[in-house]
Amino acid sequence: MIDTLTLHTGHGSWNAVFYVIALVITLIIGWIIWSWGRSDYNTSTQATAPFLSGNEEPAKEAVHIRASNLYWGYTDALSGYYNLIKPLHTGNTADYLLAYLAVTALLLIVVVIFR
Amino acid sequence: MDNLPALLIASPLIGAILTPVISRLGDTIRNGWVILFSLLTSLIGFLLAGKVLSSGTISYTFGVSSLNQIIPPDSGGIPVRIIFTIDAMNAFMVVIASIVGLCIMVYSISAMQKFSGKDGFYTLLFLLIAGVNGMIVTGDLFNFFVFLEISSLAGAALVAYRIDKGIAAEAGLKYGALSTIGGMMFLVGIGLLLVQYNSLNMAVLASRIQMTPLDLIAFVLFFAALAMKCGAVPMHFWTPDSYSMAPSAVTAFLVVSSQASLYGLFRICYTLYGNVINTTTIGWVIIILGVLSMFIGVTMAIPQKDVKRLMAYHAVSQTGYMLLGVGVGLAALSTPCLLNSVGIPALKGGLFHIMNHALYKGLLFLTAGVIFYRCGTRNLNHLGGLGHNMKWTMLFFIIGALAIAGIPPFNGFASKLMIYESVFVFNPILAVIAMVVSILTLASFVKVFHSMFMGPQLPEYKEVQEAPLPMLIGMGVLAALVILFGLFPQQVVDVLVAPAASALLNHVGYVTDVLGGVR
Repeated sequence: MIDTLTLHTGHGSWNAVFYVIALVITLIIGWIIWSWGRSDYNTSTQATAPFLSGNEEPAKEAVHIRASNLYWGYTDALSGYYNLIKPLHTGNTADYLLAYLAVTALLLIVVVIFR
Repeated sequence: MDNLPALLIASPLIGAILTPVISRLGDTIRNGWVILFSLLTSLIGFLLAGKVLSSGTISYTFGVSSLNQIIPPDSGGIPVRIIFTIDAMNAFMVVIASIVGLCIMVYSISAMQKFSGKDGFYTLLFLLIAGVNGMIVTGDLFNFFVFLEISSLAGAALVAYRIDKGIAAEAGLKYGALSTIGGMMFLVGIGLLLVQYNSLNMAVLASRIQMTPLDLIAFVLFFAALAMKCGAVPMHFWTPDSYSMAPSAVTAFLVVSSQASLYGLFRICYTLYGNVINTTTIGWVIIILGVLSMFIGVTMAIPQKDVKRLMAYHAVSQTGYMLLGVGVGLAALSTPCLLNSVGIPALKGGLFHIMNHALYKGLLFLTAGVIFYRCGTRNLNHLGGLGHNMKWTMLFFIIGALAIAGIPPFNGFASKLMIYESVFVFNPILAVIAMVVSILTLASFVKVFHSMFMGPQLPEYKEVQEAPLPMLIGMGVLAALVILFGLFPQQVVDVLVAPAASALLNHVGYVTDVLGGVR
């Protein structure tokens, strides 16, 4: 039964059912720990509000982090790479065709040399 | 049951031809007709695949009543009729096309409700399915070209279907132009083989090919055309343009269409030229294309703001995994010891990833379609907080996103694990790159998830509703299969993937199954 549910990769094995069982057990343990918390804690006081140097908290809708703000550091750090790779995506069909023909020519050279 | 290969093409073709007529009877009847023929086509596909997997390769010849008439006595041993050859590899691809084809048709019933010209839309969609099915099951190179053209032209028209200030038309034109030029190159390659061997049948050509200079040129033309059609870097530029503008159901099936080209590439490399090319060289060419596709695809995806364009770059990236796995299989082909220890597991991983990718990428494109259907934008900067109102769509998106990122227990993890482990033995650097790409994929989809579903309910989307039932059904079936294939991967490998890998490697078997030992 266990063997039937195990994926043999040729170099190892993987049993997803055991993984799910382990995941469920972990979630149950997490839920038990969470349930030990105090249920009488009052969340409506100022204690739960964020402290923004004394400034009033803006509306949640106004501070939703948009997609362009995510991974700014990543793209900025790799700006050298992106400055190189983005201009290649011109949107021009002639350039697309050129890339196709260039690969065809390169492939022909490789296949002739290493035949 | 004997005519299943012909019916697999006839069913969507009849659906396509009669849809404009049926459409005159009203939307409800047309929708019923579309669902009926989609079900029928998929059922034929499943029956055909089941028959092949249980009884072996089927060689179906048009115009003869018995198998001994395949090769006429006066033809010099050359089968002159149109032959469909369906071995386990073809059956594997038929299953993929059948599953996704049915799901996108059900999904389209609601997704296209707001649009006009639905009779033309469904006609083209049926033609696209017929073209893809034809590419998969034909055993004839010229037939392959014809079906490639049918799928390309139908695909280009569908990309341009939703006129959006001319951008969709431009995307369709790009797709059509590049596909046609690739198709013409493919046709030149066919001509080069025909003048030398007097046949277009793949089995005949595979048994006679000598690797003359003309054969070599033909190989390069086939290879480049099919690699471009499957979106391999650096010939991927059309992919984000076309995938982002097509209606989402179409995009999900364009993924399968690209995979049919990938199948063609593998068939050319393993079966047609398997005995005469330098498999190590071509294997490494495929590996390099795979690595470039994986890395450039994912890094270009991360900064995208259009959700479908982002997913299109991920489709390029995932194609890289398939190329990597199958490329390692080919590179190891000439060394029996390496083939058994590394090549076959890598090949199985690459093929398994084709199926998994069709399921989860189809699912992801459908979820993006729901967002556009309900919110009217694909721009991630304008979206947010949709998880409050679209819980099912969010759940399906999470399943697809975790699967594409290779997070267990979803199906993407199983095939990626097979690729990682075997490729690591072949060349550890390649495996490390593949793992880094998976991490970047997860990062990218975390961004999409946050941008679309997380955060407070935005005022402009307070009234937004969950997707209609047919769209949920289409996504639900794919999501269920993503989970099932992830939980029971060995069963999928045993039933579908391993026979497909064996069929691809069995060059002699393919030839003898068609020619019956006659050369």
